[in-house]
Amino acid sequence: MNMRNPLANARGHGSAKSGTEHWWGQRVSALLMIPLIIWMLYTIIAIIGQPYQVVQVYFSQWINSVLAIALVLAMFRHIQLGLQVVIEDYVHSQPLETILQLLVKLFALAGTITALLAIIRLALQG
Amino acid sequence: MAEFRLPKNSRVSKGKHYPAATNAKRTKTVQVYRWDPDAGENPRTDTFEIDLDQCGPMVLDAIIKIKNEIDPSLTFRRSCREGICGSCAMNINGTNTLACTKSLAELKGDIKIYPLPHLPVIKDLVPDMSHFYAQYASIKPWMQTQSPARPDEERLQSVADRKQIDGLYECILCACCSTSCPSYWWNGDRYLGPAILLQSYRWIIDSRDEATGERLDDLEDPFKLYRCHTIMNCTNTCPKHLNPAKAIAEIKKMLLERRGA
Repeated sequence: MNMRNPLANARGHGSAKSGTEHWWGQRVSALLMIPLIIWMLYTIIAIIGQPYQVVQVYFSQWINSVLAIALVLAMFRHIQLGLQVVIEDYVHSQPLETILQLLVKLFALAGTITALLAIIRLALQG
Repeated sequence: MAEFRLPKNSRVSKGKHYPAATNAKRTKTVQVYRWDPDAGENPRTDTFEIDLDQCGPMVLDAIIKIKNEIDPSLTFRRSCREGICGSCAMNINGTNTLACTKSLAELKGDIKIYPLPHLPVIKDLVPDMSHFYAQYASIKPWMQTQSPARPDEERLQSVADRKQIDGLYECILCACCSTSCPSYWWNGDRYLGPAILLQSYRWIIDSRDEATGERLDDLEDPFKLYRCHTIMNCTNTCPKHLNPAKAIAEIKKMLLERRGA
C-alpha cells in the first residue's frame, strides 16, 4: 500500500533537465535521412549486380563516400534514439531497462564503426 | 513490461439484464461497467433497457434514470449537467467524453459505458483521480510573480496577450484526454499527460506570469514532457474541442528555442 502523499509521488525525482537534445536529434536525423535514403536507393539500383571494381570506383568518388558516411551516422543515431524511446515506454523493470539501453547503444556504436570502416576501405582502395 | 491483458481479478464478466417495461415504444440498450469493492467479485457489465420516451436527451439523463428507477446502487460522478464541471467524464462507446453533453440520439446501437481507462476504479464509473490532481498541483497552477501587485489596479494584459490563453483556459480538467493517451497509460506515474501539460502551457504563455523559465525547467524531462509521441488521441477526444497536442508542441518549441537548434 502506497502511503506517500500523492504530491510526493507526482513530483517524484524532479526534472532531469534533459530530453530536448534527444527529441530534436531524432527529428534532425529523420530529416537528414530523407535525401540520403533516396540517394541510397539510387545507388543500389545503379550498382546492384555490377562487378566489385565498379562498386569500388563508385565509392572512391568523394561525393559518394561522403553521402554514405552521412547516411550511416544519421541512421545509427536515429536507430539508437528511437529504440531508446521504445524501451523507456515499455520496459519498466530495473535492471533490465538499463541493460537493454546499453545493448542498444553498443549495437549502434558497433554498427557505425563497422560500416564506416567498410566505406573508408572501399573509398581508399586502388 | 507494458500490460496488454487485464489482470485476472479485473476481467469483466456479463452481469444482470434489466428489460424495459412492456409498453415502452422506443427503447435503447445501455451496458454499464459495474464493480463493487466490497463484493469481492470481478467487474461485470449490467444491461439496462431504457424507455427513451421517459428519458432526457443525454447519456447522463439515461444513467440518472437508471439510478433513480432501476438500480440505486449504480455509482458515478456528476454535478453541473452542462459540460463545465468535468465530473461525469467516462468512456462512452469507446471514446472518453462527458456524459452530460453526449446525446443519446447520436449514438448508434447499444451504448457501452465504462469508467475512464487505466485509472484505479473506486466503484462502478468512479475512478481514483488523486494522482491526476497531484500532477496538476505539481505544475503550480497559479500566477507566480516577483514584482508585487500594484495596490490600485489589477495586473493588466494587452488584448493580444489575453488572446494567447484562449483555447487553454477553457480546460475543465475532466481527464478525458490524459486517460485516452497510451503514453499516459504506460507511464502515467511520471508522464504528466496532455491535460496537465495544457494547463502548464496556459501559465507559461500567460503574459502576467514571471516564472516562465522555472516552469520550462520543471517540464524539461524525458518523462514529464517527452513521453508525448504526438499520438493525438487527446485532441480527438477532448469534449471541449481543445487541442492539448498543440499546447505540448508549443512547449517543445519553446524549449528548443531557448537552447538553440
